[in-house]
Amino acid sequence: MKFRDTYIGKIFNGTRSLLTGLGVTLKEFFTKKVTEQYPENRKTLKISDRHRAMLYMPLDENGNNKCIACGLCQSACPNGTITVKTKTVTDEETGKSKKVLLEYTYDLGCCMFCQLCVNACPKDAIAFNNHFENAVFDRSKLVLKLNK
Amino acid sequence: MFDFTTITTAIDQFLRSMMPAQFAIIVECILVAACALLAYVMFAIVMIFMERKVCAAFQCRLGPMRVGPWGLLQVFADVFKMLIKEIISINRSDSFLYRLAPYLVVMSSVLTFCCLPFAKGLQVLDFNMGVFFLMATSSFGVLGILLAGWSSNNKFSMIGAMRSGAQMISYELSIGLCMLTVVTLSGTMQISELVEQQHDAWFIFKGHLPAMLAFVIYLIAGNAETNRAPFDLPEAESELTAGFHTEYSGMHFGFFYVAEFMNLFIVAAIASTLFLGGWMPLHISGFDTFNMVMDYIPGIVWFLGKTFFIIWVLMWFRWTFPRLRIDQVPTLEWKYLVPIGLVNLLIMTVCVVMGWTF
Ligand code: SF4
Ligand code: SF4
Repeated sequence: MKFRDTYIGKIFNGTRSLLTGLGVTLKEFFTKKVTEQYPENRKTLKISDRHRAMLYMPLDENGNNKCIACGLCQSACPNGTITVKTKTVTDEETGKSKKVLLEYTYDLGCCMFCQLCVNACPKDAIAFNNHFENAVFDRSKLVLKLNK
Repeated sequence: MFDFTTITTAIDQFLRSMMPAQFAIIVECILVAACALLAYVMFAIVMIFMERKVCAAFQCRLGPMRVGPWGLLQVFADVFKMLIKEIISINRSDSFLYRLAPYLVVMSSVLTFCCLPFAKGLQVLDFNMGVFFLMATSSFGVLGILLAGWSSNNKFSMIGAMRSGAQMISYELSIGLCMLTVVTLSGTMQISELVEQQHDAWFIFKGHLPAMLAFVIYLIAGNAETNRAPFDLPEAESELTAGFHTEYSGMHFGFFYVAEFMNLFIVAAIASTLFLGGWMPLHISGFDTFNMVMDYIPGIVWFLGKTFFIIWVLMWFRWTFPRLRIDQVPTLEWKYLVPIGLVNLLIMTVCVVMGWTF
């Protein structure tokens, strides 16, 4: 029989493991606390970059909307949150007709933040930002038009 | 050291000059009771606040911060909430015992509270069997818990009460052995005398190894006595909803709650009295100037400082260890703590007989 399995050994072993646990919590006692005191700390609040709070359309370096109105995001969305309204215009130089984006509606109240739309987009025209203060008094205010 | 008996005798003399002796005694009793209850409640409030904050810190949180600065008024809000809640009476419960139970629990802890020496002369009950009395009063609280479980006619309460009975009665033994160790060392059971004897060194230093062992066993058994985690089987939330006080609401629940916190305070206060010198400042024989400086800190500060330190340690236990299984509770007590306690008592006796103490 090993010493640690004997009666005396168990006492020492048990004490040691209890002290290990106490050590862990003691360290925790003195570490900086993680509580965020919102809204007092609104100025300094740091939300993780990966947080998904609201869909928006990032513009390219020339300030143009990157969306090509393909509608993939709309069909990817399980909740029917996104509606892409398009119109067909004829390019003056080439004479070819082409779909352009008319209105991109996003219903924040319907979104479950699964990010399928962002993954589906071939042009990275949509992304999530972390503007999380989205409370409003009227449900209709949650329906947003994302393109300018 | 400032002696509080000067104040009490002055009050006594004043009252006796005003009225006949019997009346004076009655008035004094009422005054003492009022002061003791007031102190009891004040400490309970401080303890609840401390529990919340310490628990939060161990879990890397801040705890209550909203009501008052640093959440200081949170406890008052809680107490107020408790006071205005309805006391629900349960159908088909034994209503007399059901109502009696919380008072028994509180009574036991108030009586024990009165034995504590807060400072020189600042002690309600002090007589030559102090330690004995203390153990007797602190252990009849379990009666209230058993009654609460029995009378509320609920399985969970019943199981909780039975667990509590089994647990408290067995851990009482370890507590008794630890106290006996100290009594062996000091040769007295009077609490004021016990503290007086520690004027050159605290018992934990005087009794060195056996005293330290007794101190550790006392802390473990004391934790079990107060029904707190890791020994919170009587009210294990995940198993028994709330154990013996499942059916209680309003202030009746409040009594159980307050008594639990005050029992923690009492356990810590007894530990500090028996092992860490109570209100006696840290004295090292030989260093007279050091002792003089220490004497300038009033006794009550020493007492509360030590007590709250031990409370902090007990809270540290509570928020570290997971709950024991019901079969592990008696195993720990009967197979480990009691034998160790007995051997420890023997070692202490040998040390005292051979004069190996400081
Ligand atoms: S995150 Fe999911 S639910 Fe929200 S709009 Fe995109 S696909 Fe739809
Ligand atoms: S946002 Fe992306 S996926 Fe949706 S229509 Fe525009 S280009 Fe297509």
